[in-house]
Amino acid sequence: MPPAYIPLLLFSLLVLSFPIITLIVFNYIRPGSRGGPAKFQPYECGILPESSARGRYSARFYIIAMLFVVFDVETIFLFPWAVLFRTWLAAHLAAFALLSMFVFLGILLVGYIWLYKKGALDLA
Amino acid sequence: MNAVLQGVLAFVQTWWVELLCAVLIVLVVPLIAGYIVLVELKVMADMQARLGPMRVGPHGLLQPIADAVKLLIKEDLIPDNADQFIFWFAPVLSMTAALTSMGAIAFGPWFQVARDINIGLLFVVGVSALGPFGIVLGGWASNNHYSIIGAIRSTAQLISYETTAGFALVSGFLLAGTLKVSDIVQAQYAGHVWYVFLTPVGFFTYLIASIAETNRAPFDLPEAESELVAGYMTEYSGFRWSLYFLAEYANMIVVGAVGTTLFLGGWLRPFPHVAWLGWVDALPALLLAAVGVYCVMRAGKQPARVQAMFMWVVALLCIVVALIFGLVEVAHASNFAALQASHSFLLLRSMYPGLYGAFWFLLKVSAYIYIFMWLRFTLPRFRFDQLMRLGWHILIPLSLVNVISVGVGLALESSLGWNRWPAMILTSIATLFVGMLLIRWNDKHAAAASASIAADNSQVEDSYAG
Repeated sequence: MPPAYIPLLLFSLLVLSFPIITLIVFNYIRPGSRGGPAKFQPYECGILPESSARGRYSARFYIIAMLFVVFDVETIFLFPWAVLFRTWLAAHLAAFALLSMFVFLGILLVGYIWLYKKGALDLA
Repeated sequence: MNAVLQGVLAFVQTWWVELLCAVLIVLVVPLIAGYIVLVELKVMADMQARLGPMRVGPHGLLQPIADAVKLLIKEDLIPDNADQFIFWFAPVLSMTAALTSMGAIAFGPWFQVARDINIGLLFVVGVSALGPFGIVLGGWASNNHYSIIGAIRSTAQLISYETTAGFALVSGFLLAGTLKVSDIVQAQYAGHVWYVFLTPVGFFTYLIASIAETNRAPFDLPEAESELVAGYMTEYSGFRWSLYFLAEYANMIVVGAVGTTLFLGGWLRPFPHVAWLGWVDALPALLLAAVGVYCVMRAGKQPARVQAMFMWVVALLCIVVALIFGLVEVAHASNFAALQASHSFLLLRSMYPGLYGAFWFLLKVSAYIYIFMWLRFTLPRFRFDQLMRLGWHILIPLSLVNVISVGVGLALESSLGWNRWPAMILTSIATLFVGMLLIRWNDKHAAAASASIAADNSQVEDSYAG
């Protein structure tokens, strides 16, 4: 690991320990819990819960999640391209820099238009 | 044993600035988050012609501390049906993700935990992407209908807008040519421009996406209290709830800091190259002194003695700090050789650019967060399908087109020898045109969709009637 990341690692450990320590310490300091078993039931606006909450929900959310993977990977591919873009321009490779990304985005654009036509992007 | 101690000492000597920043961030950010809440309450009260919190401390200044104490000693419930460990762990994860991503952000030229990492903003984006895990795990572990619907909605929203935010950031990286935070700011200094002026569309798509990513109004559907009680936080109470709350406000600081670094010139003051604006350098010290004098003036008029004492302490602190830096600047201007050679003078003098940069940086982040509050009290909440349509039908294509247009603009500048401004203005106008086309198409699409839904409904009604 490069040395520049050592403070970052220590920092993330410190950040992680802050809520954990506070949770544990105040568990002993705060006054004890009072009240019957009703307090430990799920909140359903005053109705007794009928079933487990982990039931079915709209399949649209799965599609959104899959689309997210596609588009986020695309973002990740764009990051190094964006960082190198200036270098390529300086080396007179403007056509290469632009075309390489146009091809990549063009393929995705076709997919996007197909999704749009199919209605995969509508949640209504 | 001795060797270990010496190793630790050597480590601290090498990294003391970074370690100090780390401890300061962990200690101060929760406090700042509390005070952002107070400012939000005050802004809301002002916009609704009320006073807001006035009881605890002068003008309610101690309200966040009272709230923190209340939340810390509040009863701590875990529902019987909940998944105990995940229920415990989820808010911790949210909070950790939000605070860890601050490690790579530069609050001024040297106030930064990880100063030399070259992936700076990529680290911020990557770590803050862990936040949705905390939300979806918390909602799932609660085993409550409201929680689980809120968590799923929230995750769908966060991941939809994360893509937009990523594309908007890419348009900034194209201009800067680096991911390292300090280099991005230096590139804006060297280029004599903040990138918000070169790619306004990129900045505004990032602004909208960052509002959605922090679950703020008008995109606060996961916690839409009129339909989902409190969304994924329904079963959380006391300190666990406040961890989610802190995470939300820490995330606001993070997205504000990223937007400021990339688009608003980071810690640079306005017009850093204009010489006659040099007096602006003294602004932080002057402002502190003014706050101190104001506190002295108000101290005598406080109804209670505690309040007056509080005002005096604040006044004293402000004036002492302002005096130290003011004197250092004066001593620097007057060529007093003996003083200038002294070690403590040099140390103070070297600290000033850091504090001064932090002042401008935090001022810009505050302005960014103020926009969040302003929008919250101005706009009504979106419906979920409207939110998704805005994200997938308009913002994602628009931010993609913006990436392309910034690339084309840069290519025009370097290859065809155009000036920077005509190239950038032309491509921005082209992007805006595409954005308007998208909105038009989308309106037609939405009108057609709602017409077909209405037709379906009337058919259903007819079948009932028949």
